[in-house]
Amino acid sequence: MLAFLVKRLANAIGVMLTVAFLAFVIFRFVGDPVELMLNEQATQAQRDELRTRLGLDRGFVFQFATFVGNAVRGDFGISYRNQQEVSALIAERFPATFELVIVATVLSLVIGIPLGVYSAIRRDSWLAKVIQFVSVLGVSLPSFALGILFILIFSVTLQWLPAFGRGEVVQIGPWSTGFLTSSGRWALILPGVTLSLFQITLVMRLVRAEMLETLRTDFIRFARARGLPSRAINFRHALRNCLMPVITVTGLQIGNLIAFALVTETVFQWPGMGLLFVQAVTFVDIPVMAAYLIIVSFIFVTLNTLVDLTYALVDPRLRQGSVAGGARGH
Amino acid sequence: MATSITAIRRMLDSDVGYSFRKSPIAILSLIVLALLMLSALLAPWIVPQDPHDLSQIFIDKAEIPPIWMKDGEWPFILGTDPQGRDVLSAILYGTRISLMIGIASVAVSMTLGVTVGLIAGFVGGAVDNLLMRIGDTVLSIPTLLVAILVSALFRGLLPPGLRDSFASLILILAISLTAWVQYARTVRASTMVERGKEYVLAARIIGVAPARIMRRHILPNTLTPVMVAATLNLGLAILSEATLSFLGVGMPITQPSLGTLIRIGNQYLFAGSWWVVVFPSLQLGLIVLSVNLLGDWLRDALNPKLR
Repeated sequence: MLAFLVKRLANAIGVMLTVAFLAFVIFRFVGDPVELMLNEQATQAQRDELRTRLGLDRGFVFQFATFVGNAVRGDFGISYRNQQEVSALIAERFPATFELVIVATVLSLVIGIPLGVYSAIRRDSWLAKVIQFVSVLGVSLPSFALGILFILIFSVTLQWLPAFGRGEVVQIGPWSTGFLTSSGRWALILPGVTLSLFQITLVMRLVRAEMLETLRTDFIRFARARGLPSRAINFRHALRNCLMPVITVTGLQIGNLIAFALVTETVFQWPGMGLLFVQAVTFVDIPVMAAYLIIVSFIFVTLNTLVDLTYALVDPRLRQGSVAGGARGH
Repeated sequence: MATSITAIRRMLDSDVGYSFRKSPIAILSLIVLALLMLSALLAPWIVPQDPHDLSQIFIDKAEIPPIWMKDGEWPFILGTDPQGRDVLSAILYGTRISLMIGIASVAVSMTLGVTVGLIAGFVGGAVDNLLMRIGDTVLSIPTLLVAILVSALFRGLLPPGLRDSFASLILILAISLTAWVQYARTVRASTMVERGKEYVLAARIIGVAPARIMRRHILPNTLTPVMVAATLNLGLAILSEATLSFLGVGMPITQPSLGTLIRIGNQYLFAGSWWVVVFPSLQLGLIVLSVNLLGDWLRDALNPKLR
């Protein structure tokens, strides 16, 4: 177990170093940081001074080491666009993204699990077929197009829900939350639903497949033979055996949801990390891009590693196996 | 001619052909997809204007609603946008670009992935380890993020004047660099199985060069799962392109893909001209839906275990 732990951690650190290297290369070689940070009137002396202060006159390896060292301490430099600390900018935006992702995750479980169970138990009914088809439809329509259609229907035409922003937020220490005001809760609905749609279909398909598998096993047959009511069999016995993979996938998907939130945030002008990143890409604000890349990858890699380690703890067979990565399209 | 007819007949009589004839969803998706491709290909001859040619666009024809609504005007069947561009023309030209980029990225990522998978599976050892670790690393970062970064990186490296002309190439590269791992993994797995079989041994004994063994002997036996993955990935590639263009790191306004059109239309959402954004979105959904349904069918048809 210790060997597996060490190997898995080394792997995670290796991935993070690669990501950091990528971020560093982007930072260092896409445009000259000195030119991007100073205005055109800057004198040569000012340029040289900044170059020395940023350590850009030192060797490549030294610069990379400094970059990693700073990143580990949460120091990602200063934004080119508004001259603020990148770490402060991201800390300010993080709660918005986090709350959106939490809402999407909860929605996906609350809606996805019952739908999955239903389409497994009544798999030949017409409603189950409709659900199946709608789930293919949900995977096929891109989330940004769905978001726009939602805005068109619920905000522009019916005027029920707000189309952009977080509404009123309450500041609790460094955290700003939209859960405590009614306008904040209303504002969460459309972006939350948009972000969760893909996840709902994912959970639904997973629960359906797992349920179909479980319903075929012997212990379900014995439960039937004992004369248990089908509700108890389906929910207390079968569903419970399907929940482990659902929890795993939900955990792994949180990293992906954070990354995907950037599309939803762009549609709904949601002031989260993703919107910050998209704006940074448009303005070639490289420190912000680098910081976002490193932070999201860190969350992603940490979740992957934790899931792998938990599995290895539960199932000894996996300790010899190779390392699995999480992949997802849209 | 006669040989191609018998070839088609043989295909329809085969196992896969039989399951195709028995699946109305697969037939319908194929017809829809063929129609969409044909209309995109023939766009210059069917639509009223070339949306890339500014001399054909008239600002006094701006914001005309679709033809079945009041104030609708022939020949603008789906209306025009606030710049006077015909929406239907823009959609068909945009479909061309979206499909072209989608198909090209699948081709590039498939070639890359199959080559990597073959080499990793056949050579094994340190080479295999290195290639697969690179793949793991690519999958360790959310794919959307990789695509945005690759795209932003190349755009940053190019001088501003060249960015637009290389936009489609950059997109193809950005999408391919995230999608090859899946092919590499499947091909590697089947190569490792095939490698030990007698026909490969026989080829080795008579002195066939390793590269030729990989290409001519092993490759054909690993392609079935690759075909399924390619079909399903085509839908994903088209969606990735649309997402990147929507975010503003994809196709420029001068050569709009469907994603770019949705991005432009999004700006007029509150002005009441809903048709500018709704129709490109529906077209995009229709393309990806038919590709996905076809891919789902192919996966089931080629997997006898599921029957």
